[in-house]
Amino acid sequence: MDDIVSLVDWSRAQFALTAIYHWLFVPLTLGLSVIVAVMETMYVRTGDVKWLGLTKFWMRLFGINFAMGVATGIILEFEFGTNWSNYSWFVGDIFGAPLAIEGLLAFFMESTFIAVMFFGWKKVSKRFHLTATWLTAIGSSLSAWWILVANAWMQYPVGMEFDPAQMRNVMADFWAVAFSPVAVNKFFHAVMCGWTVSGVFVIGVSCWMLMKKRNIEASLSSIKLAGWVGLIGIVGTMATGDGSAKEVARVQPMKLAAMEGVYHGNEGQEITTFGVLTPGKTYADDKDEFIFHIAIPKGLSFLATGDFDAFVPGVNDLVDGYAVNEAGDTIFSGVSYAERIARGKEAHASLRAFDAAMKAGDTAAMQQSKAELMKNYEFFGYGYFDSVDEAIPNVPITFYMFHLMVILGGYLLAMLAASLFLAYKKQSWLLGNKLVHLVGMVSIPLVWLCSEAGWAVAECGRQPWLIEGLMPAKAAISAIPATSVIITFVLFAVLFTALLAAELSIMMRQISKHSKEDILSPEV
Amino acid sequence: MFSYEFLQSYWWLLNSVLGALLVFLLFVQGGQSLILSAPSQDGRDVIVNAVGRKWEFTFTMLVVFGGAFFASFPLFYSTSFGGAYWLWMLILAGFVLQAVSYEFRRRRGNVYGTKAYDVILTLHGIVAPILLGVAVAGFFFGADFVVKRVSLVGEGSPVISTWADTHGIEAIFSIKNLLLGFTVLFLARVQAILFLKKTTQVSDEFAAWCQRQLIINAAIFVVFFLAFVGALVTADGLRTTGFNEFVVEPYRYLHNLIEMWWVALVLLLGVVLVLYGIIRSVLAKTYTCGIWFTGIGTLLVVMALFWLAGYNDTPYYPSLLDASSSLTIRNSSSSEFTLQVMSIVSLIIPFVAAYMIYAWYSLTRQPVTPEEVNGKDHNY
Repeated sequence: MDDIVSLVDWSRAQFALTAIYHWLFVPLTLGLSVIVAVMETMYVRTGDVKWLGLTKFWMRLFGINFAMGVATGIILEFEFGTNWSNYSWFVGDIFGAPLAIEGLLAFFMESTFIAVMFFGWKKVSKRFHLTATWLTAIGSSLSAWWILVANAWMQYPVGMEFDPAQMRNVMADFWAVAFSPVAVNKFFHAVMCGWTVSGVFVIGVSCWMLMKKRNIEASLSSIKLAGWVGLIGIVGTMATGDGSAKEVARVQPMKLAAMEGVYHGNEGQEITTFGVLTPGKTYADDKDEFIFHIAIPKGLSFLATGDFDAFVPGVNDLVDGYAVNEAGDTIFSGVSYAERIARGKEAHASLRAFDAAMKAGDTAAMQQSKAELMKNYEFFGYGYFDSVDEAIPNVPITFYMFHLMVILGGYLLAMLAASLFLAYKKQSWLLGNKLVHLVGMVSIPLVWLCSEAGWAVAECGRQPWLIEGLMPAKAAISAIPATSVIITFVLFAVLFTALLAAELSIMMRQISKHSKEDILSPEV
Repeated sequence: MFSYEFLQSYWWLLNSVLGALLVFLLFVQGGQSLILSAPSQDGRDVIVNAVGRKWEFTFTMLVVFGGAFFASFPLFYSTSFGGAYWLWMLILAGFVLQAVSYEFRRRRGNVYGTKAYDVILTLHGIVAPILLGVAVAGFFFGADFVVKRVSLVGEGSPVISTWADTHGIEAIFSIKNLLLGFTVLFLARVQAILFLKKTTQVSDEFAAWCQRQLIINAAIFVVFFLAFVGALVTADGLRTTGFNEFVVEPYRYLHNLIEMWWVALVLLLGVVLVLYGIIRSVLAKTYTCGIWFTGIGTLLVVMALFWLAGYNDTPYYPSLLDASSSLTIRNSSSSEFTLQVMSIVSLIIPFVAAYMIYAWYSLTRQPVTPEEVNGKDHNY
């Protein structure tokens, strides 16, 4: 049993490691590809080589980043097989499709046209090159669409039914999977986040050039364009974040409770803007939830449901049998988590009986077992737990990551709005004030922290489930020794870190070297 | 509209096409394996830039091949990737390093120096084709796994597919598997040389070096290929007699070739084209179109091998520990509905192929030269 716990933890750690590294590069790809495409469009439309120079400058940085994104991405897809093989069988019929479509529709588009983008300047026409640049950007977003469809399905499994003979879930409604409301929200949230990250990145680098008094005009033009992309991005991220929170309240109420550190919910539930959780607090004790906190009365009820007086369930309410229905209303289902675990185990027993009957060729017994199984299938995943504690996510990580994301998001909105204001109305401040430059540069790590925190909320808040309510991480693993996963974890940690160090070093050298040239007068 | 059996066969066909394209595109790795032996720095840079501009295609094809297998035959994905852990992890780690090495190798501030990235590219160029060949060889020579679905709700570990304790290491050291691994490596090197002959213009010395490498690598390739074919046609295999029931049959793959004459024909045609491309290029030093023949020949041979492995009631992934656990295109596929959906999606493949061919053609119309790769534009 200890071996399984260790294996589950290390498998999760490895996936988290690769996902965290992958997400360092993806948002910059999503947003910078659009910024570069807009710059090249300006060049093709106006013929002004200034835009060509800007395109080439930022495209260099895009290329360096893109390679790392691709490199870290391949591991993620295959880890579903190598480390989560049971998952791959149990829901592969549904989950495999978006991954395959992603490859076919998006990866080929990206890989084909990025080659034209980088090597085609003197080999294809201006318009074909511009098309290639846009198709690379579109391909990146298309890729995000399908991967987020897959991720959203893990958060909110829809469009499938269970096949007891095969002991797996099978797809029943492709459109429900491909256009789940959770997927739509997640897609726009992630893409807008990419625009924000890229906007802040371009502004930060431009601020560095302004501090060094290099390429003033190029920096100003970059800040103006990146400021708009970033501002649209952060406003979009916030709007879709609000949509996501409402979806979470409806389909993952336990995650929402963890995000806000709510153990005992109320009508007119307050929202914590800042707080420190009581260390060691669990659902089973009577300790206060917070050492101290600042809250807005009725805020969570309104944000989650649009109604100031709505009831929002906390961890204990959910454990005791409260649930949220499809309409988003909290009801008392009468099925506590302890009951769910018992009924999940009954579902397992029915499936075993079905298998035995199938092997014996006893059709009547098969039908009876299947009927009993389907009565309890809703709680199938709970059958893997031995106690209620196992079904509750890590509240502190989810809470602190959520609040970190929100606070940084607010800062980024102000920073991006201020950048545009200075670029258009107070250029003297932007050109001469080193504090302004410093704020621009410091915002670069902050925007990454913000976006990584967002993913931490999404994924840690979903735990212990790989597929919400259906399959916990402990049932999704591969039968491999924990030591093997520890070795590959260390291998990838060292590898990715070494490559990240190289990437950062190259990026800084490229920025330093090319900022000394006249960016706006490129070789045509 | 189409029967479940038809859809399963169709998806095996599509996977065979993707697998064949992947093997063809391994010429990128073949070119990498030649980097350090290039006669000059110019030659080295031209090799890197000529094959490097295609690295994304190979990489993407691997991802799509994996994704297509996941979507169409998830039990294979679950069993092979989760079982042969070390084999797949080594393959993936190599591709991670490859992806960044091209972009980083000549950039200032790359921390580890150009030589380090060239060594990585070379090692990946050698190891990746061998390991991918080893992985595919499991389709014929089997692997050490057991599938027991009811484990999902059993008393102990819930994992349905379990593997021998060596988790893929044993596959890497299997002589039969290595025969296919080395065949793929030397085929990739031959294709790379023919690709370089077609798309680069360096010097007479470089051309002479290409010619020497072609002769040496082609000879070794032929030896390994014949050894692999010998091992294949004399191997025992399984014949499916029920959904999860199999009997051992001596000379199974030879029988498959006889029973599926059309597969034998495609295989033979592929072999002839590969040999024609090689021999013509060896005999005429200035002939640059050999890659067309070896490329098409490779596609045909690999597709025929996939058909040999999966059609005619043959389990494409035989289990060496428990024959009844062997995977067939019938017992390991996705549901009929998913295969239908994916089949509709697959109609886009010709469109994808069309834009890829057009973009490829646009970029390779002019040969890669030392002047170009040492110029100011984006280069590797």
